[in-house]
Amino acid sequence: MIRTALLALGLCAVTLPALAQDQQVLPARPGMPITNRPEPDEQIVAGLSRDNIGITTSFDGSQILIYGAIKRETPEPEGQKLAVIVTLEGPLGPVTIRKKSREFGIWVNTASVGVAAAPSYYAVATSGPLGDILDRRTDTQQRISIPLAMRAFSGPITVDDSIPFTEALVDIRKEQGLYKLETGGVHIVDNTLFRADFALPANLTEGDYKTRIFLLRDGKLVDKYQSAIEVRKVGLERWLYTLAHENAALYGLLSLALAVFAGWAAAAIFRFVR
Amino acid sequence: MQIYLPIAEVSVNIFTLLGLGGIVGLLSGLFGVGGGFLITPLLFFIGIPPSVAVATGANQVVASSVSGVLAQLKRKAVDIPMGLVLLVGGLLGSASGIYVFNLLTELGQIDLAVQLCYVVFLGLIGLLMLQEGIRTLQKQRKGGGVRKKRVQHTWVHKLPFKFKFRASGLYISVIPPLLVGVAVGILAAIMGVGGGFIMVPAMIYLLNMPTKVVIGTSLFQILFVSAFTTLMHAITNQTVDVMLALLLIVGGVIGAQIGSRLGARLKAEQLRILLALLVILVAGKLGLDLVLHPSNLYSIATGGE
Repeated sequence: MIRTALLALGLCAVTLPALAQDQQVLPARPGMPITNRPEPDEQIVAGLSRDNIGITTSFDGSQILIYGAIKRETPEPEGQKLAVIVTLEGPLGPVTIRKKSREFGIWVNTASVGVAAAPSYYAVATSGPLGDILDRRTDTQQRISIPLAMRAFSGPITVDDSIPFTEALVDIRKEQGLYKLETGGVHIVDNTLFRADFALPANLTEGDYKTRIFLLRDGKLVDKYQSAIEVRKVGLERWLYTLAHENAALYGLLSLALAVFAGWAAAAIFRFVR
Repeated sequence: MQIYLPIAEVSVNIFTLLGLGGIVGLLSGLFGVGGGFLITPLLFFIGIPPSVAVATGANQVVASSVSGVLAQLKRKAVDIPMGLVLLVGGLLGSASGIYVFNLLTELGQIDLAVQLCYVVFLGLIGLLMLQEGIRTLQKQRKGGGVRKKRVQHTWVHKLPFKFKFRASGLYISVIPPLLVGVAVGILAAIMGVGGGFIMVPAMIYLLNMPTKVVIGTSLFQILFVSAFTTLMHAITNQTVDVMLALLLIVGGVIGAQIGSRLGARLKAEQLRILLALLVILVAGKLGLDLVLHPSNLYSIATGGE
């Protein structure tokens, strides 16, 4: 029930301005903490095991280690529960969610909901159960939990209740391993050092993967750190993809030439073998 | 061993693809069909996006039909003028088929349309072939029945623009072959198949062409139509995955050789019944998917409005 309410809240309350703001934040210098308020008592100092991933022909997923420390000028505050959440978010893209219903005895797509921008990948690793370490207000402001990662609807909403649709999107992507919530995925040592491991799946789309680290005390945000990991097709993958999109006619002819050659070669070899 | 497909943007096991191509090649070698009607649904099944599966399937059909046409040309079993008429129709059909395909994709009904086409056409043709196969088998048992000559004068022969098709021994109007070409072209573009399994019966039963030139002429036409379809898909949708096509082709070539050797040991009638059963099986599976309650009512598509 709470999840449903959150979902509705996130999608309705935050519209395009939030999106624009979000994208302004993204190009910030990688590796630099974003401090938009006076220096907090505790600050995140963090690093990534790698800041770019190349999708090669043999790409089969990738491991990313995000690690860091909490820097303190003053002694650690007493009695407030410390928590760290690390999120990794793939490029946003429009998604259409369709629902089937039975018409004339067969199952047909009859209703659809468009989401203007949903991340192609979204993983949240936490140091404890999300409900305990993060309050609702911070979650809504920072868009941390999975349902909040989706942005505004696109086009007019033609269904009575859009919630089952967005829930279905989350469920399907969770099943595909693209959306993940890893409770306990962040390990904190001595309330100072932390690390989170992410296993990126093989069916990754290219783009900038936004990394965010949130330092929380009693559910409230203390400090935030943001960086980006570049995921790019490289080598042959890059070449073919670029060719297919920028020089489609040539690419089409190339595919044909390849097929014709293969067909001819097969016939020739077959004759030779005989 | 995984391979990342640049256009489909999924990572698939190389051997799955080679095996898939191999099985389809085996069947096409065995039965003399392009195999497009099998490869596209199988690609859906392993998680290739439908639009990529259809476009890449067309590219694979190019390879297998080049192979076939070369062999048939040697035997002089290609009626080139007839092939050209069918081709003109096929190109018209293919262009409008791509238009329909894009329209249906936008509406979110492409999967349904493709499935319906498969169920209806595969089911129909499978049943016809099965009936024919069983009948011939029974006749052979009884011992050489008399074959009916199929020259009937109908309204078809009253149409204008008559032309002499020498290799087929026909003197008919170009309109019926043109229409057959259009129909097959539309289906080829929507279903990602060469359309041989529709074209061959249409040529035999509608155009009364002699069986010996049917396969070669159909392959000739399919070659150009599927080449055109591939090109159109590549230009308008950027959905041809050359890496995927290459693996399927390599698997297909090897499979086709094994298939044609295996085929030489079986009787033609037995083969036809086997093919009919296979076709009915594919149609039945797809038909069930349409009728049975889906495991998830929701589906997602990236892109969109």
